Amino acid sequence: MSELPRYLREMQLRVEDVAKSYGLDFFPTHFIVLDYKTMNEVAAYGGFPSRYPHWRYGMEYDRLSKSHIFGLSKIYEMVINNDPCYAYLLEGNSLMEQKMVMAHVMAHNDFFKNNFTFSKTERHMINEMANHAVKVRRAMEKYGVEEIENFIDVCLSIENLIDVYSQFIVRQPMEPPPDTGETRIDSGAIHRFDAKPYMESFINPPEYLETQKEKIRESMKNRNRLPWAPTSDVLNFLIHYAPLNTWERMILETIREEAYYFAPQAMTKIMNEGWATFWHTKMMTEKLLEPSEVINYADTTSGVTYQAKGQLNPYKMGLELFRYIEERWNRGAFGPEYHNCTDIEQRLHWNTQANKGIEKIFEVRRHFSDVTFLDEFFTEDFANERQFFNYDFNKSKEEYVISTREFNEIKQRLLFQLTNRGQPVIEVVDANYHNRSELYLVHRHNGIDLEVPYAKATLENINRIWKRPVNIRTVFKNKHLVLSYDGQIHTSNEVKENEGW
Amino acid sequence: MSQKIDQDHARFKQIVKGRIKSDLRKYISRGDMIGKQGKDKVSIPVHSIDMPRFRYNLKDSGGVGQGEGEVGDSLGGDPQKGDGQGQAGDQPGQHSLEVEFSLEDLAKIIGEELELPNIKPRGTRTIKAPKDKYNAIRHTGPESLRHFKRTYREALKRQITMGTYDKNCPVIVPIKEDKRFRSWKESVIPQTNAVIIYIMDVSGSMGEEQKLMVRIESFWIDTWLRYQYDGIESRYIIHDTKAREVDQDTFYRTKESGGTMISSAYAVAADIVEKEYPVDEWNIYIFQFSDGDNWSREDTNRCFSILTERLLPKINLFGYGQVKSPYGSGQFIHDLEEAYGTKEENLILSNIPDRDAIMDSIRDFLGKGK
Repeated sequence: MSELPRYLREMQLRVEDVAKSYGLDFFPTHFIVLDYKTMNEVAAYGGFPSRYPHWRYGMEYDRLSKSHIFGLSKIYEMVINNDPCYAYLLEGNSLMEQKMVMAHVMAHNDFFKNNFTFSKTERHMINEMANHAVKVRRAMEKYGVEEIENFIDVCLSIENLIDVYSQFIVRQPMEPPPDTGETRIDSGAIHRFDAKPYMESFINPPEYLETQKEKIRESMKNRNRLPWAPTSDVLNFLIHYAPLNTWERMILETIREEAYYFAPQAMTKIMNEGWATFWHTKMMTEKLLEPSEVINYADTTSGVTYQAKGQLNPYKMGLELFRYIEERWNRGAFGPEYHNCTDIEQRLHWNTQANKGIEKIFEVRRHFSDVTFLDEFFTEDFANERQFFNYDFNKSKEEYVISTREFNEIKQRLLFQLTNRGQPVIEVVDANYHNRSELYLVHRHNGIDLEVPYAKATLENINRIWKRPVNIRTVFKNKHLVLSYDGQIHTSNEVKENEGW
Repeated sequence: MSQKIDQDHARFKQIVKGRIKSDLRKYISRGDMIGKQGKDKVSIPVHSIDMPRFRYNLKDSGGVGQGEGEVGDSLGGDPQKGDGQGQAGDQPGQHSLEVEFSLEDLAKIIGEELELPNIKPRGTRTIKAPKDKYNAIRHTGPESLRHFKRTYREALKRQITMGTYDKNCPVIVPIKEDKRFRSWKESVIPQTNAVIIYIMDVSGSMGEEQKLMVRIESFWIDTWLRYQYDGIESRYIIHDTKAREVDQDTFYRTKESGGTMISSAYAVAADIVEKEYPVDEWNIYIFQFSDGDNWSREDTNRCFSILTERLLPKINLFGYGQVKSPYGSGQFIHDLEEAYGTKEENLILSNIPDRDAIMDSIRDFLGKGK
């Protein structure tokens, strides 16, 4: 790892000064210049200098190198959420490009440091990843590469089954509390309002208290059920209850830890890229750009925000939303008065000179994730102005066609795609299904079916971990099904809608 | 920074190779590789390499886009076939992976998978096979292969040039750079001569599919044998009621029709063998493919007499592969079986009912290492 050349070091200081002057708040940043080959290598490892060995990094490298050779892609920037933050510059890029990348990286860095979804991430992940690499290598030396790698494959196929919000709120424990329920009822687990004695039976009616007691008793009936309450952190459940040996558990823990580390990046893809693009464009055009660089800069940035028809480019979407927010809050187009106004002309020319744009977007970058970001700011005005549409696969035409421009449907679909990072919600409901220690998972179906061949292959992998038959309840073509795999054969049984939740 | 990528990359390639092995039947029964040569690259799609997950059925879910167009307008192409950027969130990319292999590599994989043995040498001329010989010296190697004399000499040379050699006390201490190790060199030594004669029935009862099967099978036999030995000779004969020798291109592309007289082809093959390939110098292989529908019993008898007198005593292997045809009677293989049974060791009969059976047929023919 060589030191940054002086001219780049000076450029970095200048960019950092500008960024600070706008109020960006970031971790110290190390820039490293790499040639394209090393860049592809590092990119294949997701930016980390040391990770556990696995063939999929080789596959990614293969893909990156090929698309580089054929001139299909070029990795401009890569930045790691770490304290200090590490970012990579591609050797041979023009000074303008390096400057732009630095500005872009500063904004990412600010986002990592300040957005709430990143608040629980490991800030020394580079070290953690290196530790994982050592552990996995050691296991490989001891038990054989093939053996370990196969198990890593198994674990990776369920790495999306985590509960990203469990880091921020307290979930029901997987096991019931030790008491039997009666003690909890006596100790006042039922909420009662303060009341004078003569008002007691009105404010806290005995029937109400009785139903609450019943509820607790009811929940205690399932005491022996595992998990006590359904959990969507399937990985965690398996780590605790699956019959794994030491190295298997170590690998599953490693995969889970890395999955949680990467989850916030998937939860804020649009915001994160939008924020970085918003700031690099602002910094470049207002402060950093030399007159001679303008044309090349415009060309490069238009490439970043290019969007093919029928695709959503998170850079573009995020950038436009942040600009939209800034513009609205600058002219005071918010609050009940604005929302209650039905005169289109008036709304269009609404201006109270509020000038709160920048303040607002900083607030947004702290408290929102993609789902809430779009829920709040993807408005009908925004969608119409920018010509959004839904497309669907038309079976008779055998191609994708524009299906609607109806705002509510577009928004619903967007939010759906972002919910749970675009992954289906799968919960562990029962670890003793049929009273035969079979695992019972439930897919919380919300309109879109699972890809069944994939689901079956995944069941096989979970069976490898659980070692007993595994089942998943889902809905396929409007039929309620339980797909099962017992280690040898797949079966699928239709069940009644309200059975077995 | 990380040089570990080489390791992971190698691992990845190994896995791809493994996948290809397990799907070999599928790739082999594809006809579009016919006509390629040893170093030519073929590209093979590998579908099953992505990680299975619980995930949404993408066709079901559609997407959101931006731009002009009326409801009902086509988007042109598959918007979800991008680089995964189309879907916000973290959808895996939908690209199927294409890997490139040279035909030689594929032949090698086939050999490994079918556990094909090497072929017995006979004769002394044209064919060359590489052999490893320990006659080289390298700067690195295991201590057990250290070349004492060379190492000593190097150390001596160094000590003399550095002026540390004392002839009164001639102690020579080799350092790492002085060490020399025995190593191997690949030397090409002439080994075996072989000629392969392919005979194909192109009569009317052989449909397009049957011919394609024959071509696929002979193509892979050819590829495998060529991979094993440099300078192998191939001859091609096609026949209906008359037989003639053709070049490779014609063999793989010709369309003919007519009746079937297998004996005509046998006669041509026997002539070639007698005129050009003396038995004591050549390994001779004949592979015949037909739907087994010969013109008459008489002709079949003629076949047997040529086979018994002029061919079988001289050749290493006579392989008869019979493809299933909707028109043919398929009688010939039964006649052969009846006439020779198991008493002729170098006659191998193989039934090829469909494309999937091509692999097994190749194993039938080459599995014995004749």
